[in-house]
Parts: sequence; structure tokens; C-alpha cells
Amino acid sequence: MKISMKNWVKSGSPWIWLNAGAVTISVVMVLGLIGLIAVRGLAHFWPADLHQALVTDRSGQQQMILGEQVQVTQITADQLRNAGYQVDEDIQLLERQLFKIGNRDLYGFDFRWALTRELENIEYPRHATVLERREWGNYYGYLIGIKEDGRLIAEQPLGENILWDEAQKRIQRAVGIYWEIYNLERREIGQVNYQLEQLRLAERRHELRGTDTPENLAELAEERAYWNDQYAEMEARLAELYGQFSRDALVMMSADGQRSVIGLHHVVRGFQPNDMNVFQKMGHYFAKLWEFVSEDPREANTEGGIFPAIFGTVMMVLIMSVIVTPFGVMAAIYLREYAKQGLLTRTIRIAVNNLAGVPSIVYGVFGLGFFVYFVGGNLDQLFFPEALPSPTFGTPGLMWASLTLALLTLPVVIVATEEGLSRIPRSVREGSLALGATKAETLWRVVLPMASPAMMTGVILAVARAAGEVAPLMLVGVVKLAPNLPVDGNFPFLHLDRQFMHLGFHIYDVGFQSPNVEAARPLVYATALMLVLVIAVLNLTAIAIRNRLREKYRALDM
Amino acid sequence: MNTESSALERELNSEKSRRRRKFRHFADGFTRYGIGAGGLGVIVAISLIFFYLVYEVVPLFQNASIEEIAEYRVDSQQTGEQTLRLVAEEQNEIFARITDAGKVHFISVETGRVLESLSMPLNGQQITSISPTIAGQDTLALGLSDGQVLQIDISFRVEFDDLGNRIGVAPRLSYPYGKEPLQLDVEGRSLNYLTRQKTRDGFVLGGLVAEGKPVILKVRARENMMTGEVTLREERAQLPTDQHYQKLLFSDDHFYTFAARADGKLDVFSSRNLNSIEKMQEAQIVPEGERITQIRFQLGNESLLIGDSLGQISQWIIARTDQGKGPRQLVNIRTLKLGDQPIEVLEPEHRRKGFVAVDSQGRTGIYNTTAENQVIDTYLLDHHPVAAVISPRASLLILEDSRGSFLTYAVDNPHPETSAKSLWGKVWYEGYDQPEYIWQSSGADNDYEPKFSITPLALGTLKAAFYAMLLSVPLAICGAMYTAYFMAPAVRKKVKPVIELMEALPTVILGFFAGLFLAPFFEMHMPGLFALLLLMPLGLVAFGFAWAQLPDKLRYLVPDGWHVILLVPVVLFIGWFSFEVSQPLEVLFFGGDMRSWLSNDLGITYDQRNAIVVGFAMGFAVIPTIYSIAEDALFGVPKSLSHGSLALGATAWQTLIYVILPTASPGIFSAVMIGMGRAVGETMIVLMATGNTPVMNFNIFEGMRTLAANIAVEMGESAVDSTHYRILFLAALVLFGFTFVVNTLAELVRQRLRKKYSTL
Repeated sequence: MKISMKNWVKSGSPWIWLNAGAVTISVVMVLGLIGLIAVRGLAHFWPADLHQALVTDRSGQQQMILGEQVQVTQITADQLRNAGYQVDEDIQLLERQLFKIGNRDLYGFDFRWALTRELENIEYPRHATVLERREWGNYYGYLIGIKEDGRLIAEQPLGENILWDEAQKRIQRAVGIYWEIYNLERREIGQVNYQLEQLRLAERRHELRGTDTPENLAELAEERAYWNDQYAEMEARLAELYGQFSRDALVMMSADGQRSVIGLHHVVRGFQPNDMNVFQKMGHYFAKLWEFVSEDPREANTEGGIFPAIFGTVMMVLIMSVIVTPFGVMAAIYLREYAKQGLLTRTIRIAVNNLAGVPSIVYGVFGLGFFVYFVGGNLDQLFFPEALPSPTFGTPGLMWASLTLALLTLPVVIVATEEGLSRIPRSVREGSLALGATKAETLWRVVLPMASPAMMTGVILAVARAAGEVAPLMLVGVVKLAPNLPVDGNFPFLHLDRQFMHLGFHIYDVGFQSPNVEAARPLVYATALMLVLVIAVLNLTAIAIRNRLREKYRALDM
Repeated sequence: MNTESSALERELNSEKSRRRRKFRHFADGFTRYGIGAGGLGVIVAISLIFFYLVYEVVPLFQNASIEEIAEYRVDSQQTGEQTLRLVAEEQNEIFARITDAGKVHFISVETGRVLESLSMPLNGQQITSISPTIAGQDTLALGLSDGQVLQIDISFRVEFDDLGNRIGVAPRLSYPYGKEPLQLDVEGRSLNYLTRQKTRDGFVLGGLVAEGKPVILKVRARENMMTGEVTLREERAQLPTDQHYQKLLFSDDHFYTFAARADGKLDVFSSRNLNSIEKMQEAQIVPEGERITQIRFQLGNESLLIGDSLGQISQWIIARTDQGKGPRQLVNIRTLKLGDQPIEVLEPEHRRKGFVAVDSQGRTGIYNTTAENQVIDTYLLDHHPVAAVISPRASLLILEDSRGSFLTYAVDNPHPETSAKSLWGKVWYEGYDQPEYIWQSSGADNDYEPKFSITPLALGTLKAAFYAMLLSVPLAICGAMYTAYFMAPAVRKKVKPVIELMEALPTVILGFFAGLFLAPFFEMHMPGLFALLLLMPLGLVAFGFAWAQLPDKLRYLVPDGWHVILLVPVVLFIGWFSFEVSQPLEVLFFGGDMRSWLSNDLGITYDQRNAIVVGFAMGFAVIPTIYSIAEDALFGVPKSLSHGSLALGATAWQTLIYVILPTASPGIFSAVMIGMGRAVGETMIVLMATGNTPVMNFNIFEGMRTLAANIAVEMGESAVDSTHYRILFLAALVLFGFTFVVNTLAELVRQRLRKKYSTL
């Protein structure tokens, strides 16, 4: 049926379409954002093909580059002209490409823009090699020789690949030693250092209490001697490992013909992406993904993994939920079951409700002022005077971060639990009371079990909110790089006073505070994806529980 | 029956049951009180936030206090000596009194007992003048009756014994340029006035001889690299004038020379090059007939404090006149009034932009110039003042009166920098050409003037919230209207959780996305962005019209309320198309480079991380909040209302607009309020999506700094309990109060709405 424009407008349909459009736009934006983050975050680990090309820049200089193509975009000719390029009058748009060329030690930067028209002889050389290094970023080039103890033991001309297997073997060996050293340094020497620090504090404690008798001091000295011996022993082992570690080196040549000798103690892995088939690439992909979730960050957080951040986030959220659950539930029970339902209770309820809308940074300020400086400062005076002037609890740390976030999420738990309690029909409570149960028994045996899904929902929502909150944490305990995890093998195992890393803060720090944002960008996307996943899973769980709960009470209402 | 009941009774009264009953009773009571205590405790803990914030902020607005510690007479041995200068030290334990007899007495603050008296080598001359205090410089110059100048350093050091226990403060008198005086006036006339200023490699001395003729000597100290021996090179200069002066002052590095005349005028000389000094200006400081009584530099040597016989202290700086377009001149930036009597003593504070002034009747005022704050105003002396000194930490004030009495006062003045004006108003800061709103809390050096104007931050907060609401309110409310009224229930069940999932997205992700993706993307595709804003509504309506033209058979394939799905490809296409035509548009309309077109042709500053980016990202964050609450309100409107309207012949759209929307409007209002509360307090998005520059405009192409982001940026580096720290707490309190009020209002409105619905 044809309809005239006038009638169509009169019926209000344009407005309805616009309204529908608003919904669509919102949905597209959400899904688009998540999709974009997922694509960019996950694509990063795929070994991209290496392009080799001859670039002629605007001053006429030629350079052979080898690297991954990162981006291809259009740019208007005028922007180039404004930047000083010579562009013909009749050209309006030009294409340009961004390459990751690595070799920061040689070139000074690892990314390079080039106009497509400046590129010549684009090739995908089979034996182009990528070395992932612990410093200076990736190396792109060709293997031409292997050195052992500084002597050249094998050589191959450019274009051949006979040494690759041998090189891989030696890389594996070096990586093995790396982990040995890592374990020794982190675990064992870390433990010795911790014990020595404890002894120093013990001595100071004796001094402060006036119990620094010769016997006590002698005891400490004995212990210290023991740990110092241990330390010396490990030191020797470490020196030996380091000696072996730097035995091998690869002689490499970059695309523009510069030779470098790269010690294998710097190399994390080497691969030749142009020579890999799909399955090899998938293997590489999952290895990188695993490294991302399980290892420590490298190179000012722009490479490597995010394990400490994941661990810190989870730890903080766990401690927070342990604090927030009992208190939130208790407050909700009080408000709903025990408090007299009058103006005051209603006011309190509104106030609690509104606290959920108070900016999180305000909680951070409160946490810093009250918990860290006031409570923490006093705790230090009372219980840790031996460590002063360096603070133990009077400085941002895991405990204060958890407490601050517990306070922040308290309203969420209270509101959810109260809602659950209010949904329980009166008849159920009255039935229990009529059978002779006391109020406490009714509460404990009847009401709480029925309200438990609501509590769970509240706690999960609180956890989801806490996991994503960054602003208050910046004030009360998060750091860009924590030297130790908050949990380790030294008594008391859980170190509440330590600072920790956090996924959300990691995103902020790497994306905005790091010296090499371009290189870090893909990792930021991957980290963001990780955080979105954690939070989406938590929220979906909460929604599922909420739905189940509603079903349950629908039956009861009958 | 009887036996049975008695058995039951026995059972009930048995020891075991009774114990059990007792226990149950106890457990019940215990739970009641335990939960009561726990619940109330939680509520107290929550309200603690508010009280703690207030507790931290209150000291900012408390008045300073001053309290007498002691009063004592001058030691009898010293009677007859006139005080030239008092010098105080950090620990408030000792002060030094320099007298015209050429002696330095070190006196205990607490008791007034003389601890040590030292004589200076005067070679039989009289001390005729002493250089005025300059905050941050320890060296004093003494003018002698033969035109010579002796320079001394008075310093104090806290001493410890071998075990590290504190013994006390040890004073020291030293001669940084030797005990041999310098000849300032070559003719050997008595120096009636003396001034000294340090330069990059030495110092410059200025004296007034005879009736007020100026003599100037610049000394450059050069250290021999090999021997470490210091050689002084002298250089004399003349002011190009025949005037007689009463006071003389050099600015830093003798850039300017200020000379006060007896008729209340001040001559300003440009004296950067001592060989060609030029007179710049003749400023009338006080009306004809009045006198300039004291003249000092404020900390930092940038502004002059001039006390006069009217009881005023005025602050003058060198600035460009005519709002920065005119020549550099000495201008009066503020005048503070103590009383009606002439200002006799004027002493700058050592670490803050403040000073102490005492008038001839002993009325004493302590001021902060930035805040134009008079923190103390009281009569401390009954007699004419002779000298005063304020300790480096500004916590001790020592006054001497003409009878030879010393009075010491403890000053508690932690936060003079804050006043309603300095926090919210325009302030004329040192080094600026006009009063401005500026937030710049810390600087590189100690004599930095902190600029604590919250106005640009508050404005930035509103700017960010405004642009966020501009995007989110239409989208969220339109979306809510459609979802609540037109959408098929099956679609609604899916769409609502998806949009609500947005709310759970951590804002750090939105912020990073805005900063790292949107900002450069919009910069590259700005024309596309505007094309999108234009094409999107047009395209949607056009598609709707086209859809209406389709044959019924085809249209009925899509049931009512499923149109949202239909629009997905349309929205995607319009989005893609807008950005695809971006660069052709740029070539066509903006000379190929919109950014340079903006800045060159329109003169608009463009930041990559600007209000558009913030508006998008924060709008995104706020949409679900508004959407969810507004949708609830709209959906909750009783169906009888819409059915009635439709039955009377209104179209669906008319029903929505004239019946449902007005009924639900309070709910929508509260949704918008809550959304705004969220936008105002959002931290991470603003932190990451803007450059965090405090600005005072609503330019959509520039960034902003909000209160919340400011806290996140600066809280970590502010010293505990400093003014800066407390002002950040104030910012937090403002945010807390604002969101709390807004949310409470919204909640009350919502509750009333709920009541209304239940009666409909």
C-alpha cells in the first residue's frame, strides 16, 4: 500500500523510526565496541607475515625495510602537502601504510609510515626471521651465523636456512636457563632476602623494647649467618648460570644490510612467519596467548604477559568480597527485618541507595585519607614501630584497596539483599513463627536460604563493579609494576600490606603512561578484552541467578 | 489425658528443655542485637565518608589563631642598644637580635635569656642602616657611617650528640664575603639606607647617602677553578636622576630598580644593564601628602609590598597593561588595609605569599596576598613597634616595642591560601597581566605561587557532563520510548540486557577506547563525524518511508516491534558510508585538511583529545543508566491509560507523546538526573580521553580537566594535610554533595511516581 509523505509524517512514523534507530544505534555501539576490542586484542598474537620492500622517502633516500604491516589508511593529499610532501595537483587521496619494523636498537623507533607509492619490490622472503627480545623489542632480519663464547662456529650465506634448526635448539637451551635463573632469583633468593629483612626488623624491635640483650642478639646473628651462607651459595650458582646463559649468540643481518650480534640471553623466541603453515601459526598463537595470561610483563609492561595484573585483580576482589558480604547482608537484614519501618529507615534506605551513585574517586579519596594515612599510620605506630620510618600499613596497599572497594560496593550488596528479602512472602515467615520458631531461627533457617540467590546476585554484581573500578585504586594501592605478588611462600603467605597490579590500571598505565604507546597498543586491547571477559562472565552469572530466583518466587506467589 | 499432659509438662519443664529454651531465647536476642549492631555499624561506616571528608576540609575555612607565649624585657646589659633586625629560625627555639652597637645577641624564645652575644668587626664605625629582609636570602648587609658595607650570615643548625639524640639549635654568625667591609660610597659618606639583592654570580648593593642620593655597586664573585679562591669584581652604576630618595630596592638580577620618593611616588628604572639604566615610569603610590613607610619584596621577588601612612599595604607587580597588549609597567594588583595608622613594620613570610604588618599603634595583621586574606587582625602591642620577625615556618611571631619589651606569639595559620575568592573568583596572580581563573597547584620551585581556582575544574566538569548528556539523553530516552512502547516483548527481552551490559563495562575500557581509538580516528575523519550526525537521522527516516512504500505482503513479513533488527544493516551502512565519504568531503569543503582549516580559517584551537571524544565515550557510559530507569518508568505506566487513548482514536505516536510521556516524565527526569550524577563523577574516561588541561571555555574541539580527574592526577603527589591536599578533599566533597543531592532528588521523584502509578 502506497502511503503519501504527508500522511506518513502525520501518523508519527518518522519519530517511531527515529526511536527505533536510537535503540539500534545503542545496541550496535555496545556490540561494536566489544567486537572491536575482541578482534584487535586477539589478532595481536597471530604471527603476521613479514613484508620486505624498498622505501624511497621524500628526500629521495632509499631504505630496505622488513616488517609487519600494521595498518593501511587513506590520507588526503592536502594533509601531505601541508606536511611538506610533493604531491601532484590532480591527486586527492593517497594510501599509506604503517609497518612495524622493530630493530629499535638500530633505527631508534620501531614503527614506520610509508606511502604506498613509495614502496617498491614488495616481497615476502621465506627465511625472514623474527626474534622476540627481552629488551629493545622485536628484531626482524636474517640469520647468517651462530657464535659460541664469542667465536663464530657456523655461517650461512643470505638466502639459505641451514642453520635455523641449530639456532632454534640453542634458543630453547637459553630459554631453559632463563627459567632456572628466574626461579632461583624470584623464589629462593627472594626468600633469603625476606628472611634477612625480617631479622633486621627483629633486631630493631628488640632495640625499641629494650630487650636487646646479648643472648637475643647472638641468636639473631647466628640466624643471619645461616641465611648469609645460603645467600652466598645461591650467588655462586647464579653466577654460574649467568655464565652459561650468555654463551651463544646469533649473527643477524637486517634488511638494509646491518650486521648485529644478538646474545641468546636476550631472546625469548625466534620464528620465521613467512615459512609457517596454518597449524604452526596456530601453535604459535596459543603459545603467545598462554604467555600473555601466565607470564610477567616485560619492557615497561609493553610486552610479555599480564599474570600479576590478573592475580592482583582476583586477589583484591576476593578479599573485598570476604569483607563486603557479611556486612552488606547484615545491614540489609537489619534494615528489612529488625529496624522499625519509619521515616528514619526510609531515609537510611534512600541514602544507602544513593551512595551507589557517588563517584568512585570520592571513595578513593576517603580511602587514602582515612584508611591509609589515618588508620594505617596509627597501626604502624602501634604494631610496626621497628620498620619506621618506612611505613608498613601507612602506605597504599592491598588491604586498603580491598576495604575501599568493599565500602564502594556495600550499597550494591545491601540493595540486592534487601530486594531478595522483600520478595519473600509474609506467609512463609508467619508459617515459621506459627510453628514456634524464634525470629532468629526463622531468619536463619527460612528467610536467609530463600534470599541466598539474591545475596549471591548482590555479591557478584559487587565483584563485577569492583573488578572494573580503577579510579579509587589509583589512590589506595595499585602500582604499575609490583616487584612481588601479594601471595608467596614466606610467612604469613598473604601480604596485605603489599601493593599490587590490576588489569584496569594496567590498561591505563600501558595505554597512556608508557613511552612506546604504539607498540603497547595491541596489548592494551588484549588486556581490555581480558577484563571485559571477566566482567561479562560475572554479570551474566548474576543475571542468570536473578532469573532463576524470579522463577522460584513466581511459584511461591501462587 | 492427665498423665499425658503431665508427661508433656514434665518434658517441657525438664532441665534439658529449659536449658534449650533459655539458649533459644538467648540466641534470638543475640541475633537481634548482633544484627542491629552490625547493621548500624555499616550505616555509621558509610556516613563516616561524609564526616571524614568534612573533617579534612573544615581546617581550610578555619581562622588562623595567635596566642601569646611570653613577654620579657630586654636584658639590662643591652639597654641603650637599638634593635636593627630580628632573625628567627626554623625550630622556634632561638632568635637573633642585631643591634646598632654592632652586636648580635642570640636569645631563647621561651625565656628571653641571652644565650650568646657576638660582636661584629666595625673598625670603630657606627651601623647606620641594614638591608631589608628578603624571603629566602640569609645574607644581611650592614651600612656603616663611612660608606662601607659589612655582610653577615646568621644561620642555625640543629645539633645531635654521638648517639643521635638532639641537643638543640646552635646559632652561627659568619661573614660570607670576609670580615673586611666593602666600600659602597667612594666618598665615604654615611649610608642612611641600604639594600641588597643577590644576582646570578654575586650581589648588588644600593645605598642612599646625604639627602637621599643613590649609590650602586655590583659585585661579581668568581671562584678560581684551581685554587677555590674567590675574587670579587666590583662595578659601579648611577641612576639617571637628580631626585632624592628614601628607599631603594632591586628586583631579581637587578632587572628593575625601585626608588621611593618623599612625595609618595615610586620611580621604576629598567636596570638590566647597569651601564645604561633607564627610567621607565613614575608611579604615584599614595596620594599627595601621604608617605610610603615600608617597602619589601614578597617571596619570589616578583611583587612589591608597599606600606603607607594610610595604613594600607598595596601589592605591585610589573605587568603588561591593557590586558596584555600595552607596555610593561608597575601596576597595583591589590590593596589591603590594616587600619588608619601608618604601617611601621612589614615582614614577608619565608615560604608563602604572605606577610606581617604592624602599624604605629601596634595593630598587627597577617595576610595572604593571593587569597587577599587577612587571617589575623589584632592589637598585639600597646606601644610603637620597633621590629618584628616571623619564623621560617610562619608559626612564631616576635615583636619588639619601643619600651624594649619582646612579645612572642605562636601563630597557627596553616591554610591562608584559601578564601572564597581564591577558590572561586578571578585572581590576579604574579606574572599575569590580568586577573584570571587558573588551577595550577604546584610549580618547579619553592617560591611558586599556587593557583587554586576551582572554577575551571568545575566548568570542565560541567562541560564534560554537558557533551555527554548531549549524546546520551536523546539516544537513551528515544531508545527507552521505543523499547517500552513499541518493541516486541521477545526482542525487548534480548535488547534490554545488552544495553544494560554497557553499564557493567568498566569505564577504564571506554576511556582507553576513546583515547587510543576514537581520538585519532575522529581527528582523521572529522568531516565524516559531522556527516554521520547529519545522515543518521535522515537515513533512518528515509528508510522508514521507503519501507512504508513496500507492498504489504513484504512488510507483513516483519512483525510489529521487530523493526530494530531491520535497522541494524541500515545503521551499519550509514556509519560506514559517512566515514567513507569523509575524505572526499574534506577535500571538497575544507581544503583537504579540516584540522588546519579549523585553526587557520576559523581560529579554533583543536586538541586531539577533545570534548567530542569525551562526549562520545562518556555518553556511551551514561546511556544505559538513563535508558534503564527511563524504560522502567515508561513501561510502568498502567496499560489502561494507553488503551483508553488508543480507543479514543489517537495514533500510537500521539498516545506515547500526549499520554504516556507526561505520566512518566518524572521518572524520565530522575533518569536524566542520575545519568548526570554519573557523568559528573566519572573519572577514568575524562582522564584518558582528554588532555586534562584546565580550560575556561565550552569549545567542543578542546579538552577539559574535571574535578574527579584532577583528584586522580594530583592526589598522589600532594603532601598530607597541606592546603593542596585539603582542597582536593574539598573537590571530593563537592562531588559527593552534588551527586548525593541529585540522586536523592531523583529518588524522591521516583518514589512519588511509583505512588502515583499505584493509584491510577
